[in-house]
Amino acid sequence: MSEDDEDQSPASDLRSQRPCSPNKSRNCISSSQTFPDHVLENVLENVLQFLDSRCDRNAASLVCKLWWKVEGLTRSEVFIGNCYALSPARLTQRFKRVRSLLLKGKPRFADFNLMPADWGANFAPWVSTMAKAYPWLEKVDLKRMFVTDDDLALLAESFPGFKELILVCCEGFGTSGIAVVANKCRKLKVLDLIESDVTDDEVDWVSCFPEDVTCLESLAFDCVEAPINFKALEALVGRSPLLRKLRLNRFVSLEEVHRLLLLGAPQLTSLGTGSFSRGDQSQQEPPDYAAAFRSCKSVVCLSGFRELMPEYLPAILPVCANLTSLNFSYANISPDMFKPIIHNCHKLQIFWALDSICDEGLQAVAATCKELRELRIFPFDPREDTEGPVSELGLQAISEGCRKLESLLYFCQHMTNAALIAMSHNCPELTVFRLCIMGRLRPDHVTGKAMDEGFGAIVKNCKKLTRLAVSGLLTDQAFRYMGEYGKLIRTLSVAFAGDSDMALRHVLEGCPRLQKLEIRDSPFGDVALRSGMHRYYNMRFVWMSACRLTMGCCKDVARAMPNLVVEVIGSDDDDVNRDYVETLYMYRSLDGPRKDAPQFVTIL
Amino acid sequence: MTYEKVNELNLKDTELRLGLPGTEQAKEEQEVSCVRSNKRQLQSDNEEESTPPTKTQIVGWPPVRSYRKNNNSVSYVKVSMDGAPYLRKIDLKTYKNYPELLKALENMFKFTIGEYSEREGYKGSGVIPTYEDKDGDWMLVGDVPWDMFSSSCKRLRIMKGSDALALDSAL
Repeated sequence: MSEDDEDQSPASDLRSQRPCSPNKSRNCISSSQTFPDHVLENVLENVLQFLDSRCDRNAASLVCKLWWKVEGLTRSEVFIGNCYALSPARLTQRFKRVRSLLLKGKPRFADFNLMPADWGANFAPWVSTMAKAYPWLEKVDLKRMFVTDDDLALLAESFPGFKELILVCCEGFGTSGIAVVANKCRKLKVLDLIESDVTDDEVDWVSCFPEDVTCLESLAFDCVEAPINFKALEALVGRSPLLRKLRLNRFVSLEEVHRLLLLGAPQLTSLGTGSFSRGDQSQQEPPDYAAAFRSCKSVVCLSGFRELMPEYLPAILPVCANLTSLNFSYANISPDMFKPIIHNCHKLQIFWALDSICDEGLQAVAATCKELRELRIFPFDPREDTEGPVSELGLQAISEGCRKLESLLYFCQHMTNAALIAMSHNCPELTVFRLCIMGRLRPDHVTGKAMDEGFGAIVKNCKKLTRLAVSGLLTDQAFRYMGEYGKLIRTLSVAFAGDSDMALRHVLEGCPRLQKLEIRDSPFGDVALRSGMHRYYNMRFVWMSACRLTMGCCKDVARAMPNLVVEVIGSDDDDVNRDYVETLYMYRSLDGPRKDAPQFVTIL
Repeated sequence: MTYEKVNELNLKDTELRLGLPGTEQAKEEQEVSCVRSNKRQLQSDNEEESTPPTKTQIVGWPPVRSYRKNNNSVSYVKVSMDGAPYLRKIDLKTYKNYPELLKALENMFKFTIGEYSEREGYKGSGVIPTYEDKDGDWMLVGDVPWDMFSSSCKRLRIMKGSDALALDSAL
């Protein structure tokens, strides 16, 4: 349950509070309350402040009005799964002492160019509202939001105690915005830019950190596509005694990493190695990289390798035995290069790689990494008709070797039902199963049958499954399985699958916990959409693009469900009177349709 | 459109289109900007899938974020041929091995290459494909494994004429 589960309007008897000091002093009393109320409220505050889980807090707030009010006063960390589910004003009215905000914007399919740019998810209204309401804000964690340099500047100026900025899959800002944050947030502990699109404003942001000793604990800028001032970075690391996590971008060479490790290796727990290739000094003798890695006694998480020179890969061997997380997903590593490395990684729990390691590499993982919890295999060549170096063989090996597997993302060209059935039996702990057979509508390449039985086995036997993404040739039968057995599924991704409306109906009439549904290019139409009307208020969102929906039906749904925002997103040459709906994106909202919708969005 | 022959080079070679150099058929469609056409594709797609490279590219499929694709999908290198008036560019990632690459180069520049042997290089035709690697050295195409070559090749130069003959006899 998330923040946007609540559909109570803000209580009108909420008196305006005197501003409280940052430490949770118990002396925030409104003098006009009667004595017993005041005592009860204080007691409740003292108790409720220990509630961390937002599910628990949501439950507590439903007990009675007083509990609702006090819970609102004591919630310091707010999660908003859809920025359009409520307005910033509602947030600040409901929760008075927020220290930490986690906010998500665009739906995931926007990552794959299925949504035009400038759709929305602007951070601006949030930061400007919070600037006035939450002077003690410490942490902002955004995912798929549009953030401008001005927003970052406002953030940096408005929150003197600001400690953590995490931007995941965000865009709209550049190195100049980062520079302002670096310079003005004197208490900054965490600056994590992850998979975000950061424009190169040619600003030396690394030099903008204040000159005294910093509080930095985590600095991640591997996604920043701009050169940095290495001397400044070296100096920064030198005066950041608390630094534990450092993720460099591809403009940092191996020699430079070597120098940084000499400075601060023993404290680092997480290292993003940058390019992992030599800079311009290719003529000189390389320094002893292995020695530098040997001094990384605490490193448990390794990533980077953005422009890997494979001959230097063995330098990481000294840290392999300690690694719990390894990300090779930017490195084109062949099986022969890979096997000697992975052979040492007995403690590995999280492993991301490109399929260049082949089935052979996966077999090596299965043989060594018995503690593996999460595996992600990305395609080196993400096209539909290539040979495909990984297949059901790799998956079978993983299922037999890594019995504790919880989360899988696997891109391949071919798959068999047998491998999925095996995995469903071997890996009962699976909560996330995302298989992408890149060739659309591909059947089991051994039997020629649809992939129904394989995915059916996954939903049936993996009783803890909460997230599922399907692919390959799938008939309505697969969806029947999903609806019947997918008792805990919260997120479902469907592409190029199903035969008829029945498929989607199975899912909407089953899957009791379904929250997020994203479908593309599947033959589901109005009948299917109507069959879910009893549950759209209990879901975070539904996305359907290139399906068979008509405008008429979407209008009916919008009319019948006033708290549902029904967006129809068209392409540029769309005629408003067309009946065919290109993209439907609908979500519940406490505050009605948004005011910032661009021209290509029609809100019904 | 008619194509004149200029300097023995058919201008069709310089026509901008997608597809491997030398292939005659035009690729069916460029990356489609409107998902609508995917729907038509879907309805007619129950038969055998079309062979590469004529398959229409679908927006956002496979679902890999663009920053991941940027790193891997394109690796253009300049190709010069002694005597040719201008350079060409090819994407090394579209080839899987040396024979494919050499065939494409042969088609692009209209020459035939000799037999490759580890000991003697390319014998017979007076044409020698070379490449510049990451260290700035000029190497003979074919000596190292394909993966190593494609990741270290910065540009290609096809030597012919007197330079090539000199090398031929030296080897």
